[in-house]
Amino acid sequence: MTTAALDLSRRIPAKYVPVLVTGCLFVAMFVVGGIRYEGFASGQVILNVFVDNAFLLVVAVGMTFVILTGGIDLSVGSVVALSTMISASLMKGPGWPPYLVIPLVLVIGSVLGMVMGYIIHAFDIQPFIVTLAGMFLARGLCYTIGTDSIPIEDATFTAFAQTKVNLFAGMWVSPSVVIAAVVVLVAAYVLHYTRLGRAVYATGGSEQSALLMGLPVARTKITVYTVSGFCSALGGVLLSFYMLSGYGLHAVGMELDAIAAVVIGGTLLTGGSGFLLGTVLGVLVLGLIQTVISFEGTLSSWWTKIFIGLLLFVFILLQRLFSARRT
Amino acid sequence: MPPPAPILRMSGIGKQFPGVKALDGVDLRLLPGEVHALMGENGAGKSTLIKVLTGVHPIDAGTIELDGRAVAFTSPLEAQQAGISTVYQEVNLCTNLSVAENIFVGREPRRRGRIDWPRMRARAVELLARLDLRLDVSAPLSAYSLAVQQMVAIARAIDIDAKVLILDEPTSSLDAGEVEQLFQVMRNLKEEGIAILFVSHFLDQVYEISDRMTILRNGRLVGEYLTRELPQVELVAKMIGQELAALEKLHGEAKEFGSPLVEARGLGRAGAIEPFSLTIHEGEVVGLAGLLGSGRTEIARLLFGADHAGTGEVAVGGTPVSLRTPRAAMNHKIAFCSENRKSDGLIPDLTVRENIVLALQATRGWTRPVPREQQDELVGRYVAALKINPADPERLVRDLSGGNQQKVVLARWLILEPRLLILDEPTRGIDVGAKTEIQRLVTQLSDGGMAVLFISAELEEVLRLSHKVEVLRDRRLVAELPNDDDLTSDVLMETIASGGRAS
Amino acid sequence: MKRLLWPVVVLLLLLVVNLVFTQNFFSIQMRDGHLYGSLIDILRFGAPLILVSLGMTLVIATGGIDLSVGSVVAIAGALACLQISEDASLFTAVALALALSVLLGAWNGVLVAVVGIQPIIATLILMVAGRGLAQLITDGQIITVNSASYKVIGGGYWLTVPFSIILVLVVLAITAFLTRRLALGLLIESVGGNAEASRLAGIRSRGIIIMVYAFAALCAGVAGLMISSNVSSADGNNAGLWIELDAILAVVIGGTSLSGGRFSLGGTVLGALIIQTLTTTIYSIGVPPETTLLFKALVVTAVCLIQSASFRAKVFGRRGRAAPPSPAAPEEKVRVTA
Repeated sequence: MTTAALDLSRRIPAKYVPVLVTGCLFVAMFVVGGIRYEGFASGQVILNVFVDNAFLLVVAVGMTFVILTGGIDLSVGSVVALSTMISASLMKGPGWPPYLVIPLVLVIGSVLGMVMGYIIHAFDIQPFIVTLAGMFLARGLCYTIGTDSIPIEDATFTAFAQTKVNLFAGMWVSPSVVIAAVVVLVAAYVLHYTRLGRAVYATGGSEQSALLMGLPVARTKITVYTVSGFCSALGGVLLSFYMLSGYGLHAVGMELDAIAAVVIGGTLLTGGSGFLLGTVLGVLVLGLIQTVISFEGTLSSWWTKIFIGLLLFVFILLQRLFSARRT
Repeated sequence: MPPPAPILRMSGIGKQFPGVKALDGVDLRLLPGEVHALMGENGAGKSTLIKVLTGVHPIDAGTIELDGRAVAFTSPLEAQQAGISTVYQEVNLCTNLSVAENIFVGREPRRRGRIDWPRMRARAVELLARLDLRLDVSAPLSAYSLAVQQMVAIARAIDIDAKVLILDEPTSSLDAGEVEQLFQVMRNLKEEGIAILFVSHFLDQVYEISDRMTILRNGRLVGEYLTRELPQVELVAKMIGQELAALEKLHGEAKEFGSPLVEARGLGRAGAIEPFSLTIHEGEVVGLAGLLGSGRTEIARLLFGADHAGTGEVAVGGTPVSLRTPRAAMNHKIAFCSENRKSDGLIPDLTVRENIVLALQATRGWTRPVPREQQDELVGRYVAALKINPADPERLVRDLSGGNQQKVVLARWLILEPRLLILDEPTRGIDVGAKTEIQRLVTQLSDGGMAVLFISAELEEVLRLSHKVEVLRDRRLVAELPNDDDLTSDVLMETIASGGRAS
Repeated sequence: MKRLLWPVVVLLLLLVVNLVFTQNFFSIQMRDGHLYGSLIDILRFGAPLILVSLGMTLVIATGGIDLSVGSVVAIAGALACLQISEDASLFTAVALALALSVLLGAWNGVLVAVVGIQPIIATLILMVAGRGLAQLITDGQIITVNSASYKVIGGGYWLTVPFSIILVLVVLAITAFLTRRLALGLLIESVGGNAEASRLAGIRSRGIIIMVYAFAALCAGVAGLMISSNVSSADGNNAGLWIELDAILAVVIGGTSLSGGRFSLGGTVLGALIIQTLTTTIYSIGVPPETTLLFKALVVTAVCLIQSASFRAKVFGRRGRAAPPSPAAPEEKVRVTA
């Protein structure tokens, strides 16, 4: 028994395998891209993936929390859109300052998430249906505010949109990337170093056991949906930096991108297994697919979706094989 | 030496569930430094007693005292905090987390707000050393066997300064070596003065490890005994009880049968039942006797193809057959009423009629529906024959009482006109009237040439119906006894208790 | 039937509200030998949703869910229009589109029943990739076709009745026949109600599950033809977008539980009609159409809460507290994987 255990620890623990696979895939895509296309193999290409997907990264972080507990959140895309809409309309109409608007938006997103979490937990309704209602609600609120795109002309927002944070060797990122990086680091810390984080994993592993082990399952479940709501709202703020507009049709289908990123990042949709690093890699892979297709030139944009679907299939199949072997 | 004061005392415990009195005036006391076995057959109230003790259910009557103070827990967490830890049969841990985390999750050691992983791992290693275990504590729990997981659960339980440790069937999935390891741990904990409540269906284990036992039957207290003073036969008798029903003996005689219908040779499945051989003849009623967990259900499931056999072969009517799925068994006219009506038998949302025709429909496929007139005729016939009440075929089956639900499952199989009918505890949890009806039915069916494999926890019932009795103990078929005049329930109990060594 | 009571009440309520705001709401006229009127419009515009919801009902009854039907709608429309624009016969176009739909549905079914992937994830794959596939077929363009015979499917009339309504009635009749006259419905409800008990009763659930997903995709395919024919064009990007969510909603409103088991085709049709009428109502009572989604959100929440046992217990206080968890109840772990 003890020797078997030692052997096991010497090899790569099984839980890191999916993340490693995604990492290898990313490197492989980057190398192939570098060989095939002029000007692909530069650090800035990767940084641009971050710049173009900072909001998705933040949203996917929230989604990771939810999926780790075994739930799902379909409302994220709509909450992103709602955040852009509220920000834009409040700044344009009554002329609210950004330092009031942004916290308000974050609070709204968090409260929405919390309410959904409460309904899911207290009334034992599937997360799928509850967050679907949340999706309709948020999108509906967007259209109630206005059906047209509202431009953002606020100085702070435009400054955020245009600032380049210079790194080294002439490479740069946008401030949104810095914010997204902070979110990722904080989230990774919470998941790894706090009781809340461990309760998230335990709940996803087995809700029944977590309850019998005396963990605060109710609080954990409500918290993850709150976190997801907060991240969606923050993602919305970052998207308004990027787009400089509020629009009810922003981020349509972003929930699917976020779920795909989390799954490709090796997180089990049944919960309890996965890492934030995987989600970051998942977002990078999705972004890199788009970059490759834009470099290819002749390939049309819909190949993105087909590739994402194929990747999803491969990863889900891999996960299925892994979990089948474990039991 | 006078015994020390009990650490836990439950007195006059009563618990009522809708329609059932699960516990009625049960007493239980646990002494520190003692292993106390809680004994009883299925439905005796063992798990209900544990659940009311640990705050899963509230009690309706009686008192619980811990350390001399009255307590009433409203959740397992509260019970845990008061020093009562429970390890369940199905390991209730998160196998996706590491060993160390499973021990400490929810109360991880922290430094400046963050989880102190090195200290947590060090403490886990320390704690497991107390149980003579050396594991890689950062490996996921899923990397280890069930036995080790059980130990980890115990480690978690005793870290919370447990005064009382409840082990609910901890050995049911362990092999002999693992059981020995667990017992060593239990002895160590005993030395430390912890009171251990031990539930197991394996008599040898109970006699090996326990000092004292409390026996329950049908939700009532039978008594508390010192293990060394209670012979195994008496224990079995007290658990099963002697029904003083003055019912006629229905078969009760050994008989020679001509043509073998189903023959199992060396059939077995690792962890479920040791390889066994068994022959069932046409028109024969074969009784399976043995305590819960002795392998009764496992034999039934193998013969029906509900589980895959690891070894051995089955022949039906002399030709070897492969019973890989229930459907394959059904094609050979074998039918099986599971002991677990709710999870393995009924579709609660469907009507009585739909539940009854289900198996027949399954054999015909969806394209050839059983015509409605034929359905009504069949269902009407069996509703009347089995006295299913209410006699309304369009009633949802979930609304029926346990006995009538059982009859619905029976009817489902009877309309297939099987040659071998396997009945796993068909009379459990149903009222006496329905019970007698089902027993009579078994007799009629076998007189008509159907073979019946009859499983029951009640030896009286097995004796009244069977032509021969197969005795099981600890997942082994230990004896085959013809039901002649010498075979009484005392002899059967003796055989179960001794494991067939005497006979 | 008692469980159809709430959907019927809601639908009637919506219709009455309409009557108050629009005097001649219930009037049906004959113009140029065709039936016209608000009620006819609700049926006509609701036809694709009803079709998709019928397929979804069977999937949900087995304890599954199908997110990919929207993509299948787009694919079927795209393939049919592509064929017609390349001068294929109407029959070839329709047959190819429907055959592809069935194939895609069978793929979903295999992933769920054979590979054992959770239905929501298994169908997510086709939901994402299928959109791309539809655009691949149309080459990212909107294919416009000019075929009078194709136009009939979604926009034509037959014996004064809109052809799409007839189509819905035919599919409804076929579904009802398969499930209620033949034994498919019983077996589906059995598998969805208790998978392990069904296995022990000798039901081969694998084939049934694959068939049900294929049927759902077929319904989606027909709906796709209807939508593209009505506008005489195929839009790979937007055709059938989010129709899966509306369909799931219609099924749930119609009283079929998301956890599987008993299903009600009538309830589903009512559910789909409620959703369609809601949209119409919002137009007719003069509320800005932008708020449709808000109403929908409210209706979903209300219906789901009423159906939730613990909600009823908490609000109407029939039982004190919800049953506490019991350690490792084996029956809760039964899933449809076979």
